[in-house]
Amino acid sequence: MAEFFAMGGYAVYIWPAYGVAAGVIVGLFVWSWRGLAKAERAEAALGKRERRRAPKVERT
Amino acid sequence: MTASTPSSEQPAVRGSALHRFANPARFLRLSRAVQPWLLAITLPCLIAGLYFSLVKSPIDYQQKDTVRIMYVHVPAAWMAMFGYSTLAIASAIGLIWKHPLADLAGKAAAPIGAGFTVIALATGSLWGKPTWGTWWVWDARLTSVVVLLFLYLGYMALWNAFEQPQRAAKAAAVLALVGAVNLPIIKFSVDWWNTLHQPASISRIGTPAIDPAMLTPLLLMAVAYLGLFLLLLLVRMRVELAERRVMALQLARSRAGEGR
Repeated sequence: MAEFFAMGGYAVYIWPAYGVAAGVIVGLFVWSWRGLAKAERAEAALGKRERRRAPKVERT
Repeated sequence: MTASTPSSEQPAVRGSALHRFANPARFLRLSRAVQPWLLAITLPCLIAGLYFSLVKSPIDYQQKDTVRIMYVHVPAAWMAMFGYSTLAIASAIGLIWKHPLADLAGKAAAPIGAGFTVIALATGSLWGKPTWGTWWVWDARLTSVVVLLFLYLGYMALWNAFEQPQRAAKAAAVLALVGAVNLPIIKFSVDWWNTLHQPASISRIGTPAIDPAMLTPLLLMAVAYLGLFLLLLLVRMRVELAERRVMALQLARSRAGEGR
């Protein structure tokens, strides 16, 4: 196991390379999912307000 | 040749066929249908790819274990170029046919492409230190990929520089198309300038100059990266669509407010 992590003495180059790749891709996913949740929340809030106002307009 | 024939109907018909896919509801349905399949292909490829890359594949007689960096580096460079091609094609469709989803596809692809470009540059640097003896050289390939990163950043900056989305889309699309000249420069830089970065080992014509034991992890990771790119693209397009709907709702509300 230790031999695997040592990567033939190149661990300091190989693990950061895999770390950067994983970090950037995971980061993109987290950022996008958060953005989607935020936008959908904003949309739902606006939509609710629209619907609440709509019947009032009809009555008058 | 065909440009001289005065058939104004042709593009209009083609345009309407294209606009059918511009329907956001149809796009959302399609993306929900595609997503599980993409995931079902991407995850096994990623797990198998990592296993082959880190465990199963042999060390290179010259590069030793650092050859394992290739499996996260080369596909990232491929995706950096694929992302920019997506950007350029989406921009062309947006400019020519005024296709609203195409503009959003370009906007959604830019940060993903930029991310893969950063991966390619960082992993290349981490490979360069032990094998070339330097983190960085202003080699033609490396320089043209840095230019690619700046094209992505410029494209994203232009989207944010305009208040009106239509004007932003147009300006960004023009930049994307002008910047597309960089793609062949990246591709052929290793052949045109004889500098440090090695030429491609894998091409469509002829057998690849690479051992099958190393080709397996490379191709698995390439498929996994492509799947991840497409999954990210779908999520980002949904973000852009939702944000656009929020903007439209806010506009409608402020207009209703003025009306009262």
